[in-house]
Amino acid sequence: MDQGTNSYRAGPDENGRFGLFGGRFVAETLMPLILDLEAAYNEAQNDPAFAAQLEDLQTHYVGRPSPLYFAERLTEHYGGAKIYLKRDELNHTGSHKINNCLGQILLAMRMKKTRIIAETGAGQHGVAVATVAARFGLPCTVFMGATDIERQKPNVFRMKLLGADVRAVTSGAGTLKDAMNEALRDWVTNVHDTFYIIGTVAGPHPYPAMVRDFQSIIGRETKQQMHDREGRLPDSLVACIGGGSNAMGLFHPFLDDPSVRIIGVEAGGHGLDTPEHAASLAGGVPGVLHGNRTYLLQDDDGQITEGHSISAGLDYPGIGPEHAYLRDTGRVEYVSATDKEALEAFQLITRLEGIIPALEPSHALAHVSKIAPDLPADHLLVMNMCGRGDKDVFAVAEHLNVEL
Amino acid sequence: MTRLETCFENLRSQDRKAFVAFVTAGDPDLATSAKILDGLPAAGADIIELGMPFTDPMADGPSIQAASQRALAAGQTLVGTLDMVRKFRETNNTTPIVLMGYYNPIYIYGTERFITDAVAAGVDGLIVVDLPPEEDAELCLPAMAGGLNFIRLATPTTDDKRLPEVLNHTSGFVYYVSITGITGSAAPQQQDVAANVARIKRHTQLPVCVGFGIRTPEQAKAMSEISDGAVVGSALVDVITEHLDAQGQAKDTLVDSVLALASSLAEGVHRD
Repeated sequence: MDQGTNSYRAGPDENGRFGLFGGRFVAETLMPLILDLEAAYNEAQNDPAFAAQLEDLQTHYVGRPSPLYFAERLTEHYGGAKIYLKRDELNHTGSHKINNCLGQILLAMRMKKTRIIAETGAGQHGVAVATVAARFGLPCTVFMGATDIERQKPNVFRMKLLGADVRAVTSGAGTLKDAMNEALRDWVTNVHDTFYIIGTVAGPHPYPAMVRDFQSIIGRETKQQMHDREGRLPDSLVACIGGGSNAMGLFHPFLDDPSVRIIGVEAGGHGLDTPEHAASLAGGVPGVLHGNRTYLLQDDDGQITEGHSISAGLDYPGIGPEHAYLRDTGRVEYVSATDKEALEAFQLITRLEGIIPALEPSHALAHVSKIAPDLPADHLLVMNMCGRGDKDVFAVAEHLNVEL
Repeated sequence: MTRLETCFENLRSQDRKAFVAFVTAGDPDLATSAKILDGLPAAGADIIELGMPFTDPMADGPSIQAASQRALAAGQTLVGTLDMVRKFRETNNTTPIVLMGYYNPIYIYGTERFITDAVAAGVDGLIVVDLPPEEDAELCLPAMAGGLNFIRLATPTTDDKRLPEVLNHTSGFVYYVSITGITGSAAPQQQDVAANVARIKRHTQLPVCVGFGIRTPEQAKAMSEISDGAVVGSALVDVITEHLDAQGQAKDTLVDSVLALASSLAEGVHRD
């Protein structure tokens, strides 16, 4: 339990710590900015006008609440647990990322910032940022690894259509970690006018808590919808994890409901017994990167190693600090699914439910396929369908050796 | 008195400013890097800032990022960096060495063990970019207790309200980051820097050195005139880059060329 209370939801403390994890490990240039951000966020949280504006946009712009859909044929196929999908892939822009971006851009405008920057891996966060930047008329620069640009072309074009300046990052392996380094370098250079919209529950305090709060609408809706449908709490929750924002959004409102089993699924890449995976909790040790202490994939010298996943959105060598804390306390179970398992799950759900998922939630579904058959028929399982797969069809075709 | 304190006292008594030279430990390879390190004092470096390579140097521009990558590719580790200092100390017991880098490799090495080993190797101070005062308990306080100077970065965004907190656990000298940005960026405006250095000096007795964006002897002279010293890194690293062959190996001219630039920068700082 945390900070002397009987709650898993009490963190972070005033220093931004979730137990050992989190914190504010940033260069001095950025320190005054994140203190300002924290103050502005606290103020906004206490301002009913902020909540009202956000709610209005969530309803009429994003299309919330997203449905909680009973996946009948998937349930029949596994012959076990009753499977529900939280349909955040139906949000405007096609993933859960917009939930957070709207919250942060409203905050940016409260802080009188005039320029937006962001990092992106799969491009889902980048598209969501470019979208809200277009909606509110702010110029926007998105940093994206050169490797990811290559494998996520549809999203790159989408961002450009929305008016974003997409900058290719060639340092390192040219993936999400490197994009985040470059965004931080831009921020440190343009401190006076720039707001950095971080896309996941990582980074220096207050980002992990703030992004979690904006994403928690997923879990709050799920709780209400399940109550309306089944009259009770779900029995288990399953979500995929790169940095961990969709998972934290679903999990957080349920952390203090001990009957709810909570499972996060990391990207197992080519397998945890190979160096080619992105499972920071399973294969990493605590370290400090991008402003927070958390589990990181790294070598004995503390050098960060490159994650690998078929999914660009999960290809990150770290994980949000609150997940690190929830793992160490044992409240949440963390498992992994391989590229191959995710690809199989991707095809299965497409055929059975007529829903083309993103490769990210395909990892969550791969785990559902492992546990659902052995669960009783009255077991209520919710999987977060956090993104749709349009962006992935080219990559999937390539993996399936199909020429388009 | 620590080597850093002695160094600044000597400079003060000669009415001279400090030339602080930055190179990355192990760049472009371990042997060449050791030769550069050994040659820097004779080239006029009063203080050496030795970069501890890291895969994700978030405050550094392309030059020093590449230097880190070359050093890591050449097999440099934190153990290796401390080893370089130990060997340097076999022939030089006066030039202060400040290790500069990021926290993760130190954290993984183990902070207590690192402090002990760094002191034993002959390290004088630490600059750890991603440890602001808010995280002082991590390394700053134990390092100072262990006998190392902890040199803090002050920046244009560090306002008067925050300065006392930043300077509170700073020792050796204060490193004023002349611009909001990364290493190797555009040249700072002398007027702005002068005002900020004066502002810092109202809050501390410590020497204040200025770094980021200083490339030429003229700039080094100008910056040291309004402070206690100038730090040059990316410009030296760029000379290393220019003296690599097509395979990325050091040419015979590399060490002398780096030291030649160091000499002219030192002359700039030391010129009356």
